[in-house]
Amino acid sequence: MSDLLTVNGDGVPVPAGTTVSELLALLDIEPRGVAVAVDGEVVIRRTWGERSLATGERVEILSIAQGG
Amino acid sequence: MTTIELHSDPLVIAGESFRSRLILGTGGAPNLELLEEALTASGTEITTVALRRVDPSAPGSLFEVLRRTGIRPLPNTAGCFTAHDAVRTAQLGREALETDWVKLEVVADERTLLPDPIELLDAADQLVDDGFVVLAYTNDDPVLARRLEEAGVAAVMPLGSPIGSGMGIRNPYNLAMILEAAGVPVVLDAGVGTASDAAQAMELGCDAVLLATAVTRARDPVRMASAMRHAVEAGRLARRAGRIPKRLYAEASTSDEGLADMG
Repeated sequence: MSDLLTVNGDGVPVPAGTTVSELLALLDIEPRGVAVAVDGEVVIRRTWGERSLATGERVEILSIAQGG
Repeated sequence: MTTIELHSDPLVIAGESFRSRLILGTGGAPNLELLEEALTASGTEITTVALRRVDPSAPGSLFEVLRRTGIRPLPNTAGCFTAHDAVRTAQLGREALETDWVKLEVVADERTLLPDPIELLDAADQLVDDGFVVLAYTNDDPVLARRLEEAGVAAVMPLGSPIGSGMGIRNPYNLAMILEAAGVPVVLDAGVGTASDAAQAMELGCDAVLLATAVTRARDPVRMASAMRHAVEAGRLARRAGRIPKRLYAEASTSDEGLADMG
Protein backbone atom coordinates (compact mmCIF):
# COMPACT_ATOMS: atom_id res chain seq x y z
CA MET A 1 0.00 0.00 0.00
CA SER A 2 1.24 3.46 -0.83
CA ASP A 3 -0.12 7.01 -0.93
CA LEU A 4 0.46 9.62 -3.62
CA LEU A 5 1.18 13.08 -2.22
CA THR A 6 1.84 16.36 -3.98
CA VAL A 7 5.02 17.77 -2.48
CA ASN A 8 5.99 21.28 -3.56
CA GLY A 9 4.03 20.73 -6.73
CA ASP A 10 5.42 17.29 -7.66
CA GLY A 11 3.77 13.87 -7.24
CA VAL A 12 5.59 11.79 -4.60
CA PRO A 13 4.57 8.20 -3.74
CA VAL A 14 5.10 7.30 -0.07
CA PRO A 15 4.28 4.26 2.10
CA ALA A 16 0.76 4.41 3.54
CA GLY A 17 0.53 6.30 6.81
CA THR A 18 3.78 8.24 6.32
CA THR A 19 4.04 11.09 8.83
CA VAL A 20 5.45 14.55 8.18
CA SER A 21 8.65 13.61 10.04
CA GLU A 22 8.99 10.44 7.96
CA LEU A 23 8.42 12.37 4.72
CA LEU A 24 11.25 14.79 5.56
CA ALA A 25 13.58 11.86 6.30
CA LEU A 26 12.48 10.11 3.09
CA LEU A 27 13.34 13.23 1.07
CA ASP A 28 16.59 13.71 2.98
CA ILE A 29 15.56 17.17 4.18
CA GLU A 30 17.29 18.52 7.28
CA PRO A 31 14.42 19.65 9.58
CA ARG A 32 16.23 22.71 10.96
CA GLY A 33 14.93 25.96 9.49
CA VAL A 34 12.08 24.13 7.74
CA ALA A 35 8.31 24.60 7.93
CA VAL A 36 5.52 22.41 6.58
CA ALA A 37 1.97 23.12 5.46
CA VAL A 38 -0.61 20.53 4.36
CA ASP A 39 -3.52 21.70 2.19
CA GLY A 40 -2.76 25.28 3.19
CA GLU A 41 -2.68 24.65 6.94
CA VAL A 42 0.60 25.02 8.84
CA VAL A 43 1.61 21.86 10.69
CA ILE A 44 3.03 22.70 14.12
CA ARG A 45 6.59 21.37 14.46
CA ARG A 46 5.93 19.32 17.60
CA THR A 47 3.14 17.42 15.82
CA TRP A 48 5.24 16.37 12.81
CA GLY A 49 5.72 12.90 14.28
CA GLU A 50 1.98 12.30 14.62
CA ARG A 51 0.54 13.95 11.51
CA SER A 52 0.14 11.21 8.93
CA LEU A 53 -0.38 12.10 5.31
CA ALA A 54 -3.01 10.73 2.91
CA THR A 55 -3.34 10.39 -0.86
CA GLY A 56 -4.14 13.66 -2.60
CA GLU A 57 -2.87 15.93 0.14
CA ARG A 58 -0.79 18.91 -0.98
CA VAL A 59 2.34 19.26 1.10
CA GLU A 60 4.45 22.40 1.02
CA ILE A 61 7.93 22.17 2.53
CA LEU A 62 9.61 25.52 2.98
CA SER A 63 12.94 26.67 4.29
CA ILE A 64 14.52 30.03 4.95
CA ALA A 65 15.91 31.82 1.93
CA GLN A 66 17.58 35.18 1.30
CA GLY A 67 15.03 37.97 1.48
CA GLY A 68 14.78 41.64 2.40
CA MET B 1 33.49 57.94 24.49
CA THR B 2 31.54 57.17 21.33
CA THR B 3 31.53 53.48 22.09
CA ILE B 4 30.24 54.03 25.60
CA GLU B 5 27.54 56.38 24.42
CA LEU B 6 26.31 53.97 21.76
CA HIS B 7 26.29 51.07 24.15
CA SER B 8 24.25 52.98 26.70
CA ASP B 9 21.71 53.85 23.99
CA PRO B 10 20.18 50.52 22.99
CA LEU B 11 17.40 49.94 20.49
CA VAL B 12 14.54 48.29 22.37
CA ILE B 13 11.85 46.36 20.50
CA ALA B 14 9.22 44.40 22.41
CA GLY B 15 11.40 44.48 25.53
CA GLU B 16 14.53 43.18 23.81
CA SER B 17 17.64 45.34 23.56
CA PHE B 18 20.01 45.65 20.62
CA ARG B 19 23.24 47.64 20.39
CA SER B 20 23.04 48.02 16.63
CA ARG B 21 20.36 50.24 15.09
CA LEU B 22 20.94 48.80 11.64
CA ILE B 23 18.86 45.83 10.49
CA LEU B 24 20.39 44.31 7.38
CA GLY B 25 18.25 42.11 5.15
CA THR B 26 19.71 39.06 3.42
CA GLY B 27 17.97 39.65 0.07
CA GLY B 28 19.93 40.25 -3.11
CA ALA B 29 23.41 39.12 -2.08
CA PRO B 30 25.30 37.46 -4.94
CA ASN B 31 26.40 34.54 -2.74
CA LEU B 32 26.41 33.38 0.87
CA GLU B 33 30.12 34.13 1.46
CA LEU B 34 29.70 37.80 0.57
CA LEU B 35 26.48 37.93 2.55
CA GLU B 36 28.20 36.62 5.66
CA GLU B 37 31.03 39.14 5.30
CA ALA B 38 28.58 41.99 4.76
CA LEU B 39 26.46 40.97 7.75
CA THR B 40 29.55 40.93 9.94
CA ALA B 41 30.83 44.28 8.62
CA SER B 42 27.43 45.90 9.21
CA GLY B 43 27.42 45.00 12.91
CA THR B 44 23.73 44.09 12.60
CA GLU B 45 22.11 41.93 15.26
CA ILE B 46 18.89 41.23 13.33
CA THR B 47 18.57 40.07 9.73
CA THR B 48 15.49 39.39 7.64
CA VAL B 49 14.94 36.11 5.82
CA ALA B 50 12.20 34.86 3.49
CA LEU B 51 10.47 31.46 3.23
CA ARG B 52 10.56 29.58 -0.03
CA ARG B 53 10.12 25.99 -1.20
CA VAL B 54 13.02 23.91 0.03
CA ASP B 55 15.74 23.34 -2.57
CA PRO B 56 18.02 20.47 -1.54
CA SER B 57 20.36 21.27 -4.47
CA ALA B 58 20.96 24.88 -3.34
CA PRO B 59 24.63 25.52 -2.54
CA GLY B 60 25.45 26.29 1.10
CA SER B 61 23.01 27.00 3.86
CA LEU B 62 21.67 30.33 5.02
CA PHE B 63 20.82 28.62 8.28
CA GLU B 64 24.52 27.91 8.82
CA VAL B 65 25.42 31.55 8.12
CA LEU B 66 22.97 32.63 10.81
CA ARG B 67 24.30 30.06 13.24
CA ARG B 68 27.94 31.07 12.66
CA THR B 69 27.31 34.81 12.95
CA GLY B 70 24.83 34.51 15.82
CA ILE B 71 22.58 37.09 14.15
CA ARG B 72 18.91 36.82 15.03
CA PRO B 73 16.78 35.93 11.99
CA LEU B 74 13.58 37.88 11.40
CA PRO B 75 11.30 35.97 9.02
CA ASN B 76 9.37 38.16 6.60
CA THR B 77 6.21 37.75 4.57
CA ALA B 78 7.71 39.04 1.31
CA GLY B 79 5.73 38.10 -1.77
CA CYS B 80 2.35 38.17 -0.01
CA PHE B 81 -0.46 40.24 -1.51
CA THR B 82 -3.27 39.33 0.92
CA ALA B 83 -3.71 39.21 4.68
CA HIS B 84 -4.54 35.51 4.35
CA ASP B 85 -1.22 34.65 2.66
CA ALA B 86 0.77 36.90 5.00
CA VAL B 87 -0.71 35.25 8.10
CA ARG B 88 0.03 31.76 6.71
CA THR B 89 3.58 32.79 5.81
CA ALA B 90 4.14 34.28 9.26
CA GLN B 91 2.98 31.01 10.81
CA LEU B 92 5.42 29.10 8.59
CA GLY B 93 8.24 31.44 9.66
CA ARG B 94 7.37 30.80 13.29
CA GLU B 95 7.66 27.04 12.77
CA ALA B 96 10.82 27.25 10.66
CA LEU B 97 12.76 29.51 13.04
CA GLU B 98 10.90 29.02 16.31
CA THR B 99 10.40 32.74 16.76
CA ASP B 100 7.25 34.82 17.30
CA TRP B 101 8.83 37.80 15.59
CA VAL B 102 7.77 38.63 12.04
CA LYS B 103 8.44 41.38 9.55
CA LEU B 104 4.96 41.84 8.12
CA GLU B 105 4.94 42.82 4.49
CA VAL B 106 1.74 42.84 2.42
CA VAL B 107 2.20 44.55 -0.91
CA ALA B 108 -0.31 45.78 -3.46
CA ASP B 109 1.41 45.03 -6.76
CA GLU B 110 4.72 43.93 -8.29
CA ARG B 111 5.48 47.23 -9.98
CA THR B 112 5.51 49.43 -6.87
CA LEU B 113 5.74 46.84 -4.07
CA LEU B 114 3.92 49.46 -1.99
CA PRO B 115 2.13 48.14 1.08
CA ASP B 116 -1.60 47.48 0.67
CA PRO B 117 -2.98 49.33 3.70
CA ILE B 118 -6.25 47.39 3.96
CA GLU B 119 -4.64 43.94 3.84
CA LEU B 120 -1.73 45.09 6.01
CA LEU B 121 -3.93 46.27 8.87
CA ASP B 122 -6.08 43.14 8.65
CA ALA B 123 -2.98 40.90 8.81
CA ALA B 124 -1.50 42.93 11.70
CA ASP B 125 -4.73 42.49 13.69
CA GLN B 126 -4.75 38.72 13.13
CA LEU B 127 -1.07 38.23 13.91
CA VAL B 128 -1.13 40.31 17.10
CA ASP B 129 -4.15 38.25 18.23
CA ASP B 130 -2.14 35.10 17.48
CA GLY B 131 0.70 36.23 19.77
CA PHE B 132 3.18 37.47 17.16
CA VAL B 133 5.62 40.32 17.70
CA VAL B 134 4.83 42.25 14.52
CA LEU B 135 7.24 44.65 12.85
CA ALA B 136 5.08 46.18 10.15
CA TYR B 137 6.43 47.48 6.84
CA THR B 138 4.13 50.37 6.00
CA ASN B 139 3.62 53.39 3.81
CA ASP B 140 4.84 56.77 5.05
CA ASP B 141 1.25 57.50 6.05
CA PRO B 142 0.93 58.89 9.60
CA VAL B 143 -2.67 57.70 9.92
CA LEU B 144 -1.88 54.14 8.90
CA ALA B 145 1.10 54.12 11.25
CA ARG B 146 -1.20 55.14 14.08
CA ARG B 147 -3.74 52.48 13.18
CA LEU B 148 -1.01 49.82 13.14
CA GLU B 149 0.20 50.95 16.55
CA GLU B 150 -3.37 50.75 17.85
CA ALA B 151 -3.54 47.21 16.45
CA GLY B 152 -0.60 46.36 18.70
CA VAL B 153 2.43 46.11 16.43
CA ALA B 154 5.84 46.21 18.12
CA ALA B 155 7.37 48.56 15.55
CA VAL B 156 6.17 50.57 12.59
CA MET B 157 8.48 50.53 9.59
CA PRO B 158 7.61 53.26 7.10
CA LEU B 159 9.24 53.28 3.69
CA GLY B 160 11.52 56.09 2.58
CA SER B 161 10.68 55.23 -1.04
CA PRO B 162 9.77 51.98 -2.87
CA ILE B 163 11.70 48.78 -2.10
CA GLY B 164 14.95 48.59 -4.02
CA SER B 165 14.47 52.04 -5.59
CA GLY B 166 17.40 53.67 -3.81
CA MET B 167 15.48 56.97 -3.89
CA GLY B 168 16.10 57.75 -0.22
CA ILE B 169 13.53 59.54 1.93
CA ARG B 170 11.01 61.08 -0.46
CA ASN B 171 8.76 62.58 2.20
CA PRO B 172 10.69 63.59 5.31
CA TYR B 173 7.70 65.65 6.50
CA ASN B 174 5.40 62.61 6.64
CA LEU B 175 8.14 60.71 8.42
CA ALA B 176 8.42 63.56 10.96
CA MET B 177 4.67 63.32 11.62
CA ILE B 178 4.94 59.55 12.16
CA LEU B 179 7.90 60.03 14.51
CA GLU B 180 6.16 62.72 16.51
CA ALA B 181 3.11 60.56 17.21
CA ALA B 182 4.66 57.09 17.54
CA GLY B 183 4.74 55.29 20.87
CA VAL B 184 6.60 52.29 19.42
CA PRO B 185 9.97 52.20 17.65
CA VAL B 186 9.98 53.61 14.12
CA VAL B 187 12.29 51.81 11.69
CA LEU B 188 12.92 53.33 8.28
CA ASP B 189 12.43 50.40 5.92
CA ALA B 190 13.04 50.55 2.16
CA GLY B 191 14.40 53.16 -0.19
CA VAL B 192 17.85 53.67 1.29
CA GLY B 193 20.34 54.00 -1.56
CA THR B 194 23.51 55.10 0.15
CA ALA B 195 24.98 56.03 3.52
CA SER B 196 23.65 59.60 3.64
CA ASP B 197 20.06 58.28 3.34
CA ALA B 198 20.58 56.10 6.42
CA ALA B 199 22.18 58.99 8.32
CA GLN B 200 19.27 61.25 7.37
CA ALA B 201 16.75 58.73 8.70
CA MET B 202 18.52 58.64 12.03
CA GLU B 203 18.92 62.44 12.13
CA LEU B 204 15.16 62.78 11.61
CA GLY B 205 14.67 60.66 14.73
CA CYS B 206 14.11 57.12 13.46
CA ASP B 207 15.00 54.43 15.99
CA ALA B 208 16.64 52.19 13.40
CA VAL B 209 17.11 51.62 9.68
CA LEU B 210 16.33 48.41 7.78
CA LEU B 211 17.95 47.95 4.39
CA ALA B 212 19.12 45.19 2.09
CA THR B 213 19.52 46.13 -1.57
CA ALA B 214 21.68 49.20 -0.87
CA VAL B 215 24.29 46.84 0.58
CA THR B 216 23.77 43.54 -1.21
CA ARG B 217 23.68 45.09 -4.72
CA ALA B 218 26.40 47.68 -4.12
CA ARG B 219 29.57 47.14 -6.18
CA ASP B 220 31.36 46.27 -2.93
CA PRO B 221 28.73 44.97 -0.47
CA VAL B 222 31.15 44.56 2.45
CA ARG B 223 32.45 48.12 2.17
CA MET B 224 28.90 49.47 1.87
CA ALA B 225 27.82 47.44 4.91
CA SER B 226 30.55 49.14 6.89
CA ALA B 227 29.50 52.55 5.49
CA MET B 228 25.91 51.92 6.61
CA ARG B 229 27.02 50.91 10.07
CA HIS B 230 28.91 54.20 10.48
CA ALA B 231 26.12 56.24 8.87
CA VAL B 232 23.52 54.88 11.29
CA GLU B 233 25.81 55.51 14.26
CA ALA B 234 26.68 59.03 13.04
CA GLY B 235 23.05 59.88 12.38
CA ARG B 236 22.01 58.70 15.81
CA LEU B 237 24.78 60.66 17.52
CA ALA B 238 23.91 63.80 15.52
CA ARG B 239 20.25 63.45 16.48
CA ARG B 240 21.11 63.20 20.15
CA ALA B 241 23.68 66.00 19.89
CA GLY B 242 21.07 68.40 18.48
CA ARG B 243 21.80 70.11 15.19
CA ILE B 244 22.07 73.90 14.81
CA PRO B 245 19.13 75.68 13.22
CA LYS B 246 19.37 76.46 9.52
CA ARG B 247 19.67 80.19 8.74
CA LEU B 248 19.80 82.15 5.51
CA TYR B 249 22.80 84.34 6.32
CA ALA B 250 26.16 83.69 7.91
CA GLU B 251 26.85 83.72 11.59
CA ALA B 252 30.52 84.23 12.42
CA SER B 253 32.05 81.55 14.55
CA THR B 254 35.04 83.80 15.23
CA SER B 255 34.66 86.77 17.54
CA ASP B 256 35.34 90.32 16.25
CA GLU B 257 36.75 91.29 19.64
CA GLY B 258 40.46 92.26 19.61
CA LEU B 259 40.55 92.60 15.83
CA ALA B 260 43.71 94.45 14.75
CA ASP B 261 43.39 98.00 13.41
CA MET B 262 44.83 97.87 9.90
CA GLY B 263 44.12 101.65 9.46
